[in-house]
Amino acid sequence: MTAPEPSKTLVELERDILDKNNRLAERNRGFFEARDILALNLVSSPGSGKTALLERTLTDIGGKINFAVIEGDQQTSRDAERIAAAGSAVVQINTGKGCHLEASMVHDAIRQLQPEGNSVVMIENVGNLVCPSLFDLGESKRVVVISITEGEDKPIKYPDMFRSADLCVINKIDLLPYLKFDLNALRDYALQVNPKLEFLEVSATVGTGMEAWYQWIQQARPSA
Amino acid sequence: MHELSIIHSIIETASSELARRGNRHQIEEITLKIGELAGIETDSIIFLWSAAVERTPLENAVLNIEHIPGKARCTECQQEFQIAQFYDPCPKCQSHFIEILAGEELQIASLILEDTANPESKMPGPALASTHSR
Ligand SMILES: Nc1nc2c(ncn2[C@@H]2O[C@H](COP(=O)(O)OP(=O)(O)OP(=O)(O)O)[C@@H](O)[C@H]2O)c(=O)[nH]1
Ligand SMILES: [Mg+2]
Ligand SMILES: [Zn+2]
Ligand SMILES: [Zn+2]
Repeated sequence: MTAPEPSKTLVELERDILDKNNRLAERNRGFFEARDILALNLVSSPGSGKTALLERTLTDIGGKINFAVIEGDQQTSRDAERIAAAGSAVVQINTGKGCHLEASMVHDAIRQLQPEGNSVVMIENVGNLVCPSLFDLGESKRVVVISITEGEDKPIKYPDMFRSADLCVINKIDLLPYLKFDLNALRDYALQVNPKLEFLEVSATVGTGMEAWYQWIQQARPSA
Repeated sequence: MHELSIIHSIIETASSELARRGNRHQIEEITLKIGELAGIETDSIIFLWSAAVERTPLENAVLNIEHIPGKARCTECQQEFQIAQFYDPCPKCQSHFIEILAGEELQIASLILEDTANPESKMPGPALASTHSR
C-alpha cells in the first residue's frame, strides 16, 4: 500500500449484532433437517411446567418415538435428572448467570447427544420469558408454555416471546376450578401479538389434553 | 440479563473487525442501530456498557445509539402505520395481521477507527509491523 492512509476510518459495518448466533443456529437447523429431526425449543416463565410436560411426554410416547433432550438450567442438574429418570438421553447445559440458551450451546449439546435420524430433540430453555426470545437455536418450532397460575396478560407483557412462538401450550388446566383464569382473554391477548399462534390446553401432571399435544408433535415431524 | 450478552457479541464483532485490519486501530466511536421492537432495553445497554467494555477495544469508544421507530404494513388492507408494540392493530381496519417494515433492527451500524500505526497519531507505533492482512 502506497497511498497515505488517513488516520481515521469510518467502517460502515451494518452487521446484525446477533449475526454469529444466527449463523450457528442455521447450522444447527441444517443438522436437524438433514436427519429429519424435529427440534422443539420450549420456553416459559420459571415453573410453568416445561419439565413436567417433557416427563409426561417421555413416559407416554417415549416408547414410540426416539427422544433426546437438552436441558438448559442456570444452576442445577435437577431437571436433567428428572428427564433421565423418565428414560431419555439428556444433556445438561448450565448457563450460570446466563438467562437463555444460545445456538453455540445447543451446537455443543447435539455433538454430545448425537441424536438419531427421525428423532425428536426437545430443548428446554432457561425459565425466562424475555431473553430466550432473541436467540434462535436452530429449532424447527418454538413452543411457549404458560400455566394458568400466571396472568392472562402475559402475552402483551412479553410480546417478543409470544410473537416468536409457533405453539402456545396452556398448562395446569387441572387448576381451572380453583382459579379465576380467563382462557379466552389469554388467547385474545396472544392473538393480538401473534395472529398465527396455535394453542393447546393441557395438564402435564394429570394428563388432560396430552393426546392433542402428541398429535401436534407427530404432525410437526419432517417425516409426517 | 440478555443486554449483557448483546454487549459481549458487540465486543466480539468489533474485536474481530480490528483483527481483520491487522490490530492497528483504536475504536473512537461505535454506532448501534436499535429498533424499538427489537426487544432490547437501550437504558440497560447504556447502564451496563462502561463496566462491560472495560479492558476491551471498546473501552474508550464513544457509544452512539440510533433508535429506529416501529413501522408496519397491514396485510389485510395494506395500510402502513407507526407501531410502538407488536399488539398495536391496524388503525384503519383493526387487523393484527401485520408485517413489520422497520423497528426490529439490532445492528452495529458503524465504527470510527483511529489508525494507531499512523505517524500523525499520538502513538508512534512500529510502522512496519505485520499489518498486511487480507
Ligand atoms: N397442578 C399442576 N401442577 C403442575 C403441572 N405441571 C407442572 N406442575 C407443577 O409446577 C411446578 C413446576 O413444574 P416444572 O415442570 O418444574 O416447571 P419448569 O417450567 O420446568 O420450571 P423451570 O425449569 O424452573 O423453569 C412443579 O411443582 C410441577 O409439579 C400441571 O399440569 N398441573
Ligand atoms: Mg424445568
Ligand atoms: Zn436476561
Ligand atoms: Zn388494515
